[in-house]
Amino acid sequence: MNEHFLRLWPVQGSDYAVSVDWLVIGFTGMMALFVVPVFVALWMFIWRYRRGREANRDHRAQSNLPIELAWIILPFIGSLVIFLFSARLFFFARTPPADALEIQVTARQWMWKFQHQGGQREINTLHVPARRPVKLTMISEDVIHSLFFPSLRIKQDVLPQRYSMLWFQAEHSGTYQVYCAEYCGTDHAAMLARLVVLDPGDYQHWLQDNGSAADLISQGETLYRQYGCGSCHDSGNAPPLAGVFNRTVRLADGGQVVADDAYLRDSIVLPQKHLVTGYLPIMPTYSNLLDEEAVQRLVAYLRSLPATASGDPK
Amino acid sequence: MSAPSYLHQQGLLSWFLTLDHKRIAVLYMVTVTFFFFAGGLAATLIRIELVTPQGDLLTADGYNRAFTLHGVIMVWFFLIPSIPSVFGNFLVPIMIGARDMAFPRLNLFSWYLLLGGGLFTLLALLLGGVDTGWTFYTPLSTMFSNGHVVAVICGVFIAGFSSIFTGINIIVTVHTLRAPGMTWMRLPLFIWAIYATSIILVLATPVLAITLLLVAAEHLFNVGVFDPRLGGDPLLFQHLFWFYSHPAVYIMILPAMGVVSELITAAGHKRIFGYRFVAWSSVAIAVIGFLVWGHHMFVAGQSMYASLVFSLLSFLVSIPSAIKAYNWSATLYKSDLTLHAPFLFALTFIGLFIIGGVTGLFLALLAADLHAHDTYFVVAHFHYIMVGAAVAGYFGALHFWWPKITGRLYSQLWGKITAVLVFCGFNLTFFPQFLLGYLGMPRRYHAYDPDFQFLNVLSSAGASILALAYVLPFFYLLGSLRWGERAPMNPWEAAGLEWRVPSPPPLHNFEEPVTVDFEAYDYSPEARRDPV
Amino acid sequence: MIRSDEKPAEPFVAWAQQREAARLGIWLFLATEAMMFGSLIMVAWLYRLQHPDGVAEAVAGLHWQLATANTFMLLTSSLLMTLALAASEQGNALRLRRCLLGAALLGVLFLACKGVEYGLEYREGLLPGFAEDSPLHLPSAHLFMNLYFIATALHAVHVLVAVGLGLWLYMRLAPDNLSARGTRTRLEMVTLYWHLVDGIWILLFPTLYLVGR
Repeated sequence: MNEHFLRLWPVQGSDYAVSVDWLVIGFTGMMALFVVPVFVALWMFIWRYRRGREANRDHRAQSNLPIELAWIILPFIGSLVIFLFSARLFFFARTPPADALEIQVTARQWMWKFQHQGGQREINTLHVPARRPVKLTMISEDVIHSLFFPSLRIKQDVLPQRYSMLWFQAEHSGTYQVYCAEYCGTDHAAMLARLVVLDPGDYQHWLQDNGSAADLISQGETLYRQYGCGSCHDSGNAPPLAGVFNRTVRLADGGQVVADDAYLRDSIVLPQKHLVTGYLPIMPTYSNLLDEEAVQRLVAYLRSLPATASGDPK
Repeated sequence: MSAPSYLHQQGLLSWFLTLDHKRIAVLYMVTVTFFFFAGGLAATLIRIELVTPQGDLLTADGYNRAFTLHGVIMVWFFLIPSIPSVFGNFLVPIMIGARDMAFPRLNLFSWYLLLGGGLFTLLALLLGGVDTGWTFYTPLSTMFSNGHVVAVICGVFIAGFSSIFTGINIIVTVHTLRAPGMTWMRLPLFIWAIYATSIILVLATPVLAITLLLVAAEHLFNVGVFDPRLGGDPLLFQHLFWFYSHPAVYIMILPAMGVVSELITAAGHKRIFGYRFVAWSSVAIAVIGFLVWGHHMFVAGQSMYASLVFSLLSFLVSIPSAIKAYNWSATLYKSDLTLHAPFLFALTFIGLFIIGGVTGLFLALLAADLHAHDTYFVVAHFHYIMVGAAVAGYFGALHFWWPKITGRLYSQLWGKITAVLVFCGFNLTFFPQFLLGYLGMPRRYHAYDPDFQFLNVLSSAGASILALAYVLPFFYLLGSLRWGERAPMNPWEAAGLEWRVPSPPPLHNFEEPVTVDFEAYDYSPEARRDPV
Repeated sequence: MIRSDEKPAEPFVAWAQQREAARLGIWLFLATEAMMFGSLIMVAWLYRLQHPDGVAEAVAGLHWQLATANTFMLLTSSLLMTLALAASEQGNALRLRRCLLGAALLGVLFLACKGVEYGLEYREGLLPGFAEDSPLHLPSAHLFMNLYFIATALHAVHVLVAVGLGLWLYMRLAPDNLSARGTRTRLEMVTLYWHLVDGIWILLFPTLYLVGR
């Protein structure tokens, strides 16, 4: 086990991680440029001007505007350059590509639950394919957690009652450590997970071996039937749901909202939050009946509904 | 025959009912020393637990309570009152040529408030403690905590008023009680720093007060202001909390910077280089410090564009700090340097502060923060600033003004040994934590990956040196009270009004009203340092 | 009537200095109060933006008539404090005492009225922590209602302190030390505090009761 008795640099699991490392190294270099002279000057002055040593102490300057402005402005410009690089990387890290593989994450004290599009579910282990963007849609059932992949140099807090997002593209197959980074109570230190990156072929095998009878969408459809959503939404008493995803919805208070994941979730859990214009506020909340994972399945189903002329989701 | 010193009167009541700013300062010193050791005890537990990767000394819950206690006590009952309340109280009136603080009774009341708040917190501790972390993040603190959150919040709330009143007192004193001739540009830089600190104390603390009040109300009555189930927003708590707590970091570090400006000039016997820049940089830090709280929330779920703005502003706030570091080194150019113990503490401060400040910029750097946030990198960074630098500043002040406060000299040798031990012990403790953090070890973990053990053992070894260094002054300084030589009026040949009065000073500081006709740090050869 | 044996308090050498210090001190204290209530009002407005429907439901149930009466009482009491200050400058002892008493009385009335309002709300089942069957439907309506309770209760505590200070001044104002400089400074400080309490209410009243009715 002491193979890594003293490891000083974390493994690099993605190209993004390599970029972050270079940013950090570059910034360290630049800071050294600004800081080392201070230390050198300090020691030089201490040596040269210590009491009792002969030295020229005439013409002591009280201030020198050009010098002072120079050591304000130069480091600032240097930092700004680095800031721009880092801002670009940050923008990249916060903008998932459209074709990313979607995985749903639910956090609770003290475990991580993952749901794949094919309906496969895992706890504290996440299998993903290598060299393919993966987008995680995350929500917490209790307190704030934070999903942290040190090897990918990313983390994102997972909030209750609100979806947050994380995406990455792992390059090399292997197993990587995953942590909860936001303090979440007693067993915070045990809220660990493994990220298993598989080559695309192996990933397909894994999906098949662990495939459940139904994928996420059909599991959602089952819930849709089970809870009788159709009795209102397919009968005209409530807004029709065909093609609802990413559609602009007109609200009763005159506003408009795009029906994204967060909107669909809110409509199930907090139905009074966004009332669609032209309909009565008759929908009860399903927050007591559905846990976050079930809501994710239902949202996956709603997202899959194609727009049809009749408005019938079937 | 000169007037009797402020220490002349005997008896406990003469202390507990005193209105003299110097005695109140001593009361504060005793109090914060007690809390420093209480918080240090918790830190010791933490470092011992982390020697091994398994959680074996403490349970998970016990560990969580230990670090919460450590944070709460160190932040609110040691670091925030340390320099402003102890040395601010002792020095502000003397340095500006006043007889006392503007509101002596309010001053004493502030001390009782700190004590009362501290007792509440200790009570909560005796009842079993809290497990929320000093940050009290909702909804963990409101709905999922099994500790005595309300008691601790009461304690912090009460201590907050102590901060507010001390801040008001200092600002009013500096504005209205400066001696004739003591213009703003003649004020010692310590006064500028403590004045800027007081602005933060007055404007930021009330926000913490109301935020904690809301958390307590939520805990007791489920009011739901931060409860997502009622439509409340847990991120709102973080915004309000950091709106106070980021400036609070400057409450801890600004006064220490002021102290260092005094120590450097006194050791170098030379006027500070660029007085105006150093003076205004304190105010700039205080003002810009209010605008950067969002850099604690890059991964919390705030908007990407907000993060970009906060990152940029955080780079801005580093400029005035950099000004100070450059000007301090430039001050030593052509100086006449005595390497006494306080100066070594100043050097310790500069070294630790620069490392802490630069690593802070890594955390302001968006992409780097996505990785380093909530890891030991953050722990190391803020300990460099809040513990390494701020405590070095506090110790520097203690060693510099000890002869003035007590009238006794202490052993320079022990002082120097302590300064060197602090520097070495501190770096050994916290530098490995930067590596741990970058490797990915999250903070607040009582058990960790065995890969991280070597660095953790290093850190704990360093902590034992650091603990020794922090305890040492307790002995030789107290010993000096009994065996130390009597201190002359100006043992360091320093400029400044406090060195023109006897050590210890008389009850009303100056026997005659003072008129100031000299600049700050008047070390020109012609300057006569006559007693007032 | 200015007494010659009166001296400024310990650290001051002149009355002008002491008065300046007291003024600056009280303004700084008012600034802390402003930051505190400012945060609370900001929170209220944030939730007004986020949950307009819930807030509308909560606001509809508030007793704005009582609050309006309270606003008038508080404004009048503030006016009386200003008159008291003016009276002290003219050396009119009787008017000064009457104004002070009037202001304190109005403050007490304000609190009584607030108490009645809370009583009504308790019976309607709106009080947080005691509400099992609240008439409010939306969760965010609860949230706003609770925020209303916290803000008004905190404000009521401030009114209580102001009334206490007013009565304390009234008791201290024995006719012979009426024009003492110390007393006049204290009166000015209490008046400023009173105006602040008044000003906070002026902001709370529309924030909680009026907008979105």
